[in-house]
Amino acid sequence: MVKAAQEMKPEAITERRRGWFLNIYTKLAIAYLFAPVIFMIVFGFNDPQGRFNLSWQGFTLKYYSPSRLFEFEELNQAITHSLTIAFLTALLATILGTLIALALTRFTFKGRSALNLLLFVPMASPEVVLGAALLSLFVTLNFARGFTTVLIAHIMFSISYVVVTVKARTAGFDQNLEDAAGDLGASPWVAFWTVTFPLIWPGIMAAALLAFVLSLDDYVITLFNNGGYITLPLWIAGASRLGVPVQVNVLGTLIFMIGAVYAIVSIIRTRGERVSSIH
Amino acid sequence: MSSVHLEGVTKSFKDMVAVDNIDLDVREGEFLSFLGPSGCGKTTTLRMIGGFEQPTSGKIFLGEDNVAGLPAYKRNVNTVFQSYALFPHLAVAENVGYGLKRKKVGKDETKKRVEEMLELVDLPGYGDRRINQMSGGQQQRVALARALVNRPGVLLLDEPLGALDLKLRKQMQLELKRIQSEVGITFIYVTHDQEEAMTMSDRIAVMNAGHFEQIGAPQDIYEFPATEFVASFLGASNLLDGDVESGDGGMTRVKLAVGSTVSVPTNRMPAGAGHVRVGVRPEKLHITGAGATGDGGGTSANGHGANAVEAQVMVSTYIGVSTSYECRTSDGSKIVVYVQNLGNSAQPIGAGATVRLSWDPEHTFAVGANGGGK
Ligand SMILES: Nc1ncnc2c1ncn2[C@@H]1O[C@H](COP(=O)(O)OP(=O)(O)OP(=O)(O)O)[C@@H](O)[C@H]1O
Ligand SMILES: [Mg+2]
Repeated sequence: MVKAAQEMKPEAITERRRGWFLNIYTKLAIAYLFAPVIFMIVFGFNDPQGRFNLSWQGFTLKYYSPSRLFEFEELNQAITHSLTIAFLTALLATILGTLIALALTRFTFKGRSALNLLLFVPMASPEVVLGAALLSLFVTLNFARGFTTVLIAHIMFSISYVVVTVKARTAGFDQNLEDAAGDLGASPWVAFWTVTFPLIWPGIMAAALLAFVLSLDDYVITLFNNGGYITLPLWIAGASRLGVPVQVNVLGTLIFMIGAVYAIVSIIRTRGERVSSIH
Repeated sequence: MSSVHLEGVTKSFKDMVAVDNIDLDVREGEFLSFLGPSGCGKTTTLRMIGGFEQPTSGKIFLGEDNVAGLPAYKRNVNTVFQSYALFPHLAVAENVGYGLKRKKVGKDETKKRVEEMLELVDLPGYGDRRINQMSGGQQQRVALARALVNRPGVLLLDEPLGALDLKLRKQMQLELKRIQSEVGITFIYVTHDQEEAMTMSDRIAVMNAGHFEQIGAPQDIYEFPATEFVASFLGASNLLDGDVESGDGGMTRVKLAVGSTVSVPTNRMPAGAGHVRVGVRPEKLHITGAGATGDGGGTSANGHGANAVEAQVMVSTYIGVSTSYECRTSDGSKIVVYVQNLGNSAQPIGAGATVRLSWDPEHTFAVGANGGGK
């Protein structure tokens, strides 16, 4: 948006008026998006006297000290669970989803269009429905709920997003490139790893990140299928009845910071690339 | 370098026959072009030679070996793709060296050969550039270098200049010709630009609807087209319906529908046809006002009189170097005549004038009448 504003030429009055409006609108939208985040960050520095971290009662940094941050054994465990599930989901959903995306873009096979449609089902159906349906599936199969069911559930709902993200990359892929690699003596296997894979890699990375975040974030589906394997969202929801400890705000802030740093670094990197490709 | 030999090659996509039982012999070191309209099967044929497509039936020989069924990466053939298909994530030198790396050629050797190739295509020192920093013409050269560095037996080029503007295209035509004679590799070149095919090729294979209409040197194809398709696809040509009357040794007499009788060299007559179409190129015709007794065409060396027909000028167009007359005969056939402006013509012939068009029998050809003429 900043770029769009810079490129705008101040020729026409209407253009300028639109620029002014766009400016205000952008700021409002950003404020709306970030208000809860800012509250979360601010209340990570609060020093509440009772159990409820709901009103400002004084500044403190003490919850940032590791000894206080990790003082609840259950919370630590929930974090470990969430990160484990998120990592495995990202890994497995990305591998499976990438393979589906490749198959969808390069082959025509029976049931291809059906698969294309079915992929949207997990995205479109309410999470409650998915969660409940999975639960009844596991119960019917007499499959004990726990780590495995949570992982299966998370992979299931992440895969669609992975496919859609990777497909955006593979669909624009010039099939001639693989022909060219073959022409130059590369077997299909070598051609894939030396040409196709490096070119769709950014899409795969984006998809993995998305799957990781979706998994980390999920509450509803996990609620149905956890069987006592408590993840971070589950723990926080449980704790909220008794009062969410400040540590949760601090953890949220730290996770947000990691994301923000990642975003800034990648913006700087792409900008650097764009500059170098001009020269 | 090696020869290429196709034997009864057919390619069908479901019920659609894209290439229909073709035979072809490409000699070692030859520059052969496939020329034909869009969709006639040029790319499909080329892709079968390259190994990207397998023939439904038939044999493909590279040198002595039948390679039909082998995938591209097992054939000693390289391709320059129309879209170049350069690898955008690799630098220029890495693109050119890609094939050598697959063949496990050593690092130093690779570096040396890549540099030589970049030199050959006039891009010395560009090795570290990224592909998106190269212009269309430069990318074209990189694609060429990437293919040639592997020293293939045959190089396939699918409309390699199609994406370039006219000026660059002309320049690259000469460049390609120079490179081909330097490396001495057999080139099979696809184009639908007849001028390009004419200027570059040793031989042209004119393709139409999945088969070859005629294969021959550019002059042969232009001067003596074997079919009506070739006659009208390459340059302008005038075709007149007629029936074979009699033949003596060298010449066959054909009675034209417009009335006059003309001579056609017998060796250019289609075999066994009674009804034919007699053709002559526009620049071979002489135009004289009706009633003028002198024939502008002279007589041919073997003593036959000039061929001639009467026609009426419909449009005359002054083009500068020449004047083009569009004439119509009494039976409605259209005849186009180009007359070079030598600066001594008495006066231009205007529209409506009745004229006599004459030409040397040696410049006459005949093709079988498709579908019973017009
Ligand atoms: N993979 C395919 N599946 C189905 N039909 C195909 C396929 N490839 C080519 N064809 C058909 O085969 C015919 C010949 O195609 P081809 O690409 O060889 O034509 P071309 O002579 O190269 O044309 P152009 O000059 O437009 O490139 C066309 O009718 C085309 O539609
Ligand atoms: Mg083609």
